[in-house]
Amino acid sequence: MIKVENLTKRYAGQTAIQDLNFEVGKGEIMGFLGPNGAGKSTTMRILSSFMPPTSGRASVAGFDIFEQSLQARAHLGYMPENVPLYNDMRVTEYLDYRAALKGVPHRRVAERVGDVKELCGLKEVEKKIIGALSKGYRQRVGLADALVHEPDLLILDEPTSGLDPNQIRQVRDLIKNLGKQHTILLSTHILPEVEMTCSRVIIINKGRIEACDTPENLLSQIRTAGGVIVEAKVGSDNGAEALKKIPGVRDVTASIEGAWQIFALRVEAHADVREEIFRLAAARHWTLRELSQRKATLEDVFVEITHPDVV
Amino acid sequence: MRKFYTLLTREVRSYFYSPIAYIVLVFFLFVSGADFYFQLTFMNGQPVSYSVQEAFFNSVFFWFAFVLIFPLITMRLFAEEFKLGTIEPLMTAPVRDWQVVLAKFFGALFFYAILWIPTLLYFAVFQTMTHQSAANSTGAYLGAYLMLLLLGMFYISIGCFASVVTKNQIVAAVISFCAITLHFFSGLISFVLREVSSSTRQVLGYFSALEQMGTLSRGEIDTRPMVLYVSMTILMLTLTYQAFQSRKWRL
Repeated sequence: MIKVENLTKRYAGQTAIQDLNFEVGKGEIMGFLGPNGAGKSTTMRILSSFMPPTSGRASVAGFDIFEQSLQARAHLGYMPENVPLYNDMRVTEYLDYRAALKGVPHRRVAERVGDVKELCGLKEVEKKIIGALSKGYRQRVGLADALVHEPDLLILDEPTSGLDPNQIRQVRDLIKNLGKQHTILLSTHILPEVEMTCSRVIIINKGRIEACDTPENLLSQIRTAGGVIVEAKVGSDNGAEALKKIPGVRDVTASIEGAWQIFALRVEAHADVREEIFRLAAARHWTLRELSQRKATLEDVFVEITHPDVV
Repeated sequence: MRKFYTLLTREVRSYFYSPIAYIVLVFFLFVSGADFYFQLTFMNGQPVSYSVQEAFFNSVFFWFAFVLIFPLITMRLFAEEFKLGTIEPLMTAPVRDWQVVLAKFFGALFFYAILWIPTLLYFAVFQTMTHQSAANSTGAYLGAYLMLLLLGMFYISIGCFASVVTKNQIVAAVISFCAITLHFFSGLISFVLREVSSSTRQVLGYFSALEQMGTLSRGEIDTRPMVLYVSMTILMLTLTYQAFQSRKWRL
């Protein structure tokens, strides 16, 4: 559905993205991750034909974004970051206008606008002026606009930014549902969201693709698979030193809470050191009150890839 | 064509969403009404060699209102889209750049035409009340309104260009106001400079909106201003289109 080959974009003296190559297949929900300024929005703007690349090619639904821009645009629904809208129009009026602009046949406009209002929960504000809407509703108007012409592909630039947790959940469910019929490319900073909705993830940093895989594969590849928390009374022993000797433990940080010591362990991938810790505690007569493993999240993957020095 | 029509409808409607349309309409109605009133009062006192209609279209009042309205109706055309970021959803919809440029131009021209509708009423009222004809001929009306249309096209295209080169509406208004005023008052040079030769005067006369209005509102349909303003409008719209396209490479 999307095919990107050697895509490069340079602004005055600055390289925003460099030699991007990726493909998004039909029906996929692709998550696009990266720190601020990594080139996510630039890539999305190029794919939506808003600006041309400096070099390289890209196609959307089989149409070259530069040479067959009009057809490519007709096949995609794009929701820009911060959702710019005409503040002085009413919701229904705006969606009618957008539907006509995107070539929805005249007799189907009312039906399509009705459908997307229903889908995005805009019925109760349909007569309101857009300028008077809350951020959450604006976001939904943007989404409804992206959907109104039944595009094959949706490109959503931070669809959940600035929303409260309930609204984020609603938008996430909506995206998941849309994924059943549409191909989606979405960028976000909220990583649990990606883990829950996306079938594949691209991590981009400083204009280059650092990783492109399913969330599960990414998790299994990273160096630190997570951590183990140990809370124990260790008496006069040096608990941190003893724990560090267990194979698979990378480092230990200790803190004191009354008579208890809390050790946070970082461990190698695929290693389960809990059994060893239990044996150690039993052998040294430590009193154990917590021994738990924290699974690695996409956040760990993200930090490791985009900020290797922190790990 | 449907996309162009959709864009055009939005442009025309957008004037009436904001208070600008109503401010301009009221201001214009007031100034043109005052113009009509004072011209009639003046003509009532002494015999004159021109008609009511000619007096109306050639007075100082009229021109004062005239140059002011263009920056007001064109400044937001592109600048507002750039500022609000709505250019992004607009240009990622399957529309061509020239469709957007022409829709904005004709939208503004349509609104400008609306401004002139009430003035037709003045002449109708005059004729029913005095049982005298306000103009010497139908051609005089035709000529005057044709001149307004031609000059309006040209000045709106200047306004379009001023609005496409900046994000700031005030800057756009200042640019178009300066350019329009400069063009307009260059027509006055021949009145100010007494010692210029007659050929210079003649050349300046070709570009003088005041002189052209004088001719056309008498009912003499001159093709020279038509060629001049239509070609200048096309030139300015081409520049606007080029500047609008260049945004992609400047981003």
